[in-house]
Amino acid sequence: MRHSVITTRVIWWKNTILLQVCVRSLAFLVLTMSAQVMAGEPERSDEVDYGAYLTRIGNCMGCHTAKGGQPFAGGRRLSTSFGVFVTSNLTPDKETGIGRWTQQDFWQALHQGKSRDGRLLYPAFPYTEYTKVTRQDADAIFAYLQSLPPVSQSNPPHDIFFPYNSKSLLAVWRTLYFKEGVYESDQSKSEAWNRGAYLVQGLGHCTACHTTRNMLGASQDEALMGGQIMGMNWYAPSLSSHLEAGSGDWEIDEIVALLTTGVTKRAVTSGPMATVVRQSLQYLSQEDALAMAVYLKSLTENETGRLPGVKFSVMSGSLRKHLDLGGQLYQEYCQACHGTDGKGVPGIYPALAGNRSVIMDSPLNVIRSVLNGGYPPTTAGNPRPYGMPPFQQILRNEEVALVVSYIRNAWGNRASLVRALDVDRSKGGDD
Amino acid sequence: MMRFILLLFFCITGVANVNGSTPAEVPDTMDDRVKACTICHSAEDKVGRDAYYPRIAGKPQGYLFNQMRNFRDGRRYYPPMAILLENMSDEYLLEIAQYFSSLQLPYPDPEQIQMQPEEIKLAEHLIYSGYPERDIPACSACHGDVLMGVEPAIPGLIGLPRAYITAQLGGWRNGGIMRGGKPDCMSEIAKQLTESEVNAVAKWLANQSVSGKPSSFDVLSSELVDRCSQTILENGGAE
Repeated sequence: MRHSVITTRVIWWKNTILLQVCVRSLAFLVLTMSAQVMAGEPERSDEVDYGAYLTRIGNCMGCHTAKGGQPFAGGRRLSTSFGVFVTSNLTPDKETGIGRWTQQDFWQALHQGKSRDGRLLYPAFPYTEYTKVTRQDADAIFAYLQSLPPVSQSNPPHDIFFPYNSKSLLAVWRTLYFKEGVYESDQSKSEAWNRGAYLVQGLGHCTACHTTRNMLGASQDEALMGGQIMGMNWYAPSLSSHLEAGSGDWEIDEIVALLTTGVTKRAVTSGPMATVVRQSLQYLSQEDALAMAVYLKSLTENETGRLPGVKFSVMSGSLRKHLDLGGQLYQEYCQACHGTDGKGVPGIYPALAGNRSVIMDSPLNVIRSVLNGGYPPTTAGNPRPYGMPPFQQILRNEEVALVVSYIRNAWGNRASLVRALDVDRSKGGDD
Repeated sequence: MMRFILLLFFCITGVANVNGSTPAEVPDTMDDRVKACTICHSAEDKVGRDAYYPRIAGKPQGYLFNQMRNFRDGRRYYPPMAILLENMSDEYLLEIAQYFSSLQLPYPDPEQIQMQPEEIKLAEHLIYSGYPERDIPACSACHGDVLMGVEPAIPGLIGLPRAYITAQLGGWRNGGIMRGGKPDCMSEIAKQLTESEVNAVAKWLANQSVSGKPSSFDVLSSELVDRCSQTILENGGAE
């Protein structure tokens, strides 16, 4: 009996594969959605639907799901310089999840950073940003979480280093760095701008990564100035600088495309940002994507910055020779996709000439892209992306340093040279 | 519903945008989409700087699909593959699995490793009879009479180099291939094998020439299907 059931499943699977060949992902999406309807999924209330949407945009699942684990059951380990935080179970299981929580308990956690029992929460949970979320939105998120199937999963406690494990230190930290309060509209700005600011500063918690943190892990500003991401070997570029990822001179449509599809004609998301697009931003409603774009664009709209000019117009002979070595590697490994002129192929292989993530002060991301390669996220707008090979499998640190130094200084690009040591330091830091 | 329509609209315009910007010089093919894979997984097995890259061409698509999902979701631990696949949907991984599975590339000649008659006897016993009293099924019971695998998810054992087979069996014995969840059935079997049995099987398999085709799913006994269900079915252990 079991055997025949399995055989049927296999046949079903083969049929699905055949279908998949013909119809590609758009049709696949329709199929999955209609399959869900046919399976007789109970109708959800509008509040739960809206909560599901907000939960996506806050990307709660991203942290509250262990790799390959049950959605929202927590257990993901976040390594930071203060210790290892383990995310909690958000499913409505009474013993191990938040099944006994009330709306008010959830609001207290999101808005004030306090657990149900009054315990102060560590800001690894970004309540420093979520405090800006309105009560209505918080209630909708809670309604959605309570509608999930309960998963019984107890997660291990945090493992926080001394002295950061002191509760009184956490209380001091909160006095210094935590400002409680729902987002307040700026009446001088448009409705879209305010909606964008609400999402970027609050639920989207963009500041969690795009900021420089001080010794106590507190974000230094609300201006999305960029910084090394805590617990990750990636640099989150500044969203308020032309030199990094500011979008003041971009068309709104292009910003929307980057947020929701992960690629545009001139840029590709990679690393943690690709993950955010896949897990969260691709599901933005058109109005919300537009609102975020309006707000992000405004951060650098008045900046008349130019890309850094030529710092050394004449290269010394030895420098030229050094870069030529990288140029040979470029020719062998990179040119077929990124082109002799470094212009790439729009929407497929990003241009390297004039690419700000190539010439940013911090070479971390460009080194990591060469080392690890990767695919842009698969999204409804870019379901079958082209990828970049992981060159650490075939190149030595010295060779990666040469080729990165070359692309940082070819086709009018000018940026610091990269050493093998920089390459070595850019490795690791993955889960 | 409104949201669904919007999403659909978004899809269509998004796809149109990306396609619209594709210049003629990048072919719209899987060949070009999997360049990130073929730098290591080329037509033949390949030894890289610090890793060994098995040939994936022609392996059953269900097997490839399951392995890619295992890497992506952390069940099979190898960070370079996990990073590469991190943001890929199941639908796209299935298409990639299908692409590599459909490649018909010539296999390399078998190795010519010297074996003693008793070693050959040991290997053939393990492969065709197994040791039921030690809970070791015959290899052929799952990998097919001609050891070319069973569709859709069990890989063939012929056409692989000895080093790869030894490494895989070693990995299973040490529990180092799959992580967490339920124990993997190959792991349980490999742990029963002695070192000399692993060596004999690896040598014998590497000495065979490729012939025949993967068997169909019906040849499997229900007992073995049950035992290995998490490895050989479409859910790849993610129940």
